[in-house]
Amino acid sequence: MVTPREIHDRLKAQFPDDVGDFVEEPVEFFSEVKPAAVGRVCAFLKEDPELSFNYLVSISSVDLTANLAAVYHLESMDLESGRTRHAFVMRAQAPRDNPVIASVATVWGTAIWQEREVYDLMGITFEGHPDLKRILTDDDWVGHPLRKDYVFPKTYRGIDLE
Amino acid sequence: MTLQNRFEDNVILTTVDAAINYCRASSLWPMTFGLACCAIEMMATGMARYDLARFGAEVFRPSPRQSDLMIVAGTVSLKMATRLKTLYDQMPEPRYVMSLGSCANRGGPYYLYGYHVLKGVDRIVPVDVYVPGCPPIPEALLDGLMKLQARIREEGRHFRRLAKVGGETQEGPKGA
Repeated sequence: MVTPREIHDRLKAQFPDDVGDFVEEPVEFFSEVKPAAVGRVCAFLKEDPELSFNYLVSISSVDLTANLAAVYHLESMDLESGRTRHAFVMRAQAPRDNPVIASVATVWGTAIWQEREVYDLMGITFEGHPDLKRILTDDDWVGHPLRKDYVFPKTYRGIDLE
Repeated sequence: MTLQNRFEDNVILTTVDAAINYCRASSLWPMTFGLACCAIEMMATGMARYDLARFGAEVFRPSPRQSDLMIVAGTVSLKMATRLKTLYDQMPEPRYVMSLGSCANRGGPYYLYGYHVLKGVDRIVPVDVYVPGCPPIPEALLDGLMKLQARIREEGRHFRRLAKVGGETQEGPKGA
């Protein structure tokens, strides 16, 4: 089993400019990754035979007030190699006024919907996504509801919401 | 008033209104329209244990054009609200709406901080009977159905449903 610290060290050696600190928060440790480098870092994590992260568990997002962050949970479920499965968490922060993060939709197909959800609810734009549009709210919805400064709508298509 | 005695025993005299109302109330066809956990209770009501068929409302139709009754079973999100209005408009008259559960009645737990939930389905369609509960037990749904049937049987006697130009249905005094 490969520990998150070892994975971080491997990433740091491979991408010295793109990978930031290793944050040891309780429960889950994660690596900070530059938003523009998420695509190539994830491609490496998937392609590397030792790591072979073939499963993107989830992309979640956090409103850190100054920045918006996307958190990636990865797991290796490579049963053929016989290794114990290992997991890894990484986080990419983008400034609030221009939140752009590289897409991983070409690495894992499941990211297409997950990035659409993050875009819909948090307003992070994923560069390179094939079809980035809203997924949960309607197409004419205004704003991104999970942001902390979100203002509730008063009406929607003539329906009173007070 | 001695008309009843002029026919044989097996002839029943009634008014057309009463006969039509009896038929309508006894064969309400609900639309298959579940939105959230209330729909599970609605399914349970339709199954053998509670058996909606005892009250003539077991024929769940997949199309609004064949339905009399829309059971709004669950949380109505704003995205769904636009579709719900379309479905209601597609139902033929006479049509009835049952609001099942707290969410459909008033938004339920999403009333204060739900940016995406319609705070009461009566904001977009007229509702005939409200069933409280979160979710309502099948007995409550059956009670709501029987209350609706009682209303339908009284239709034309104490009040009449009026079809308006905009497609909205309203109740008015008889003869209006």
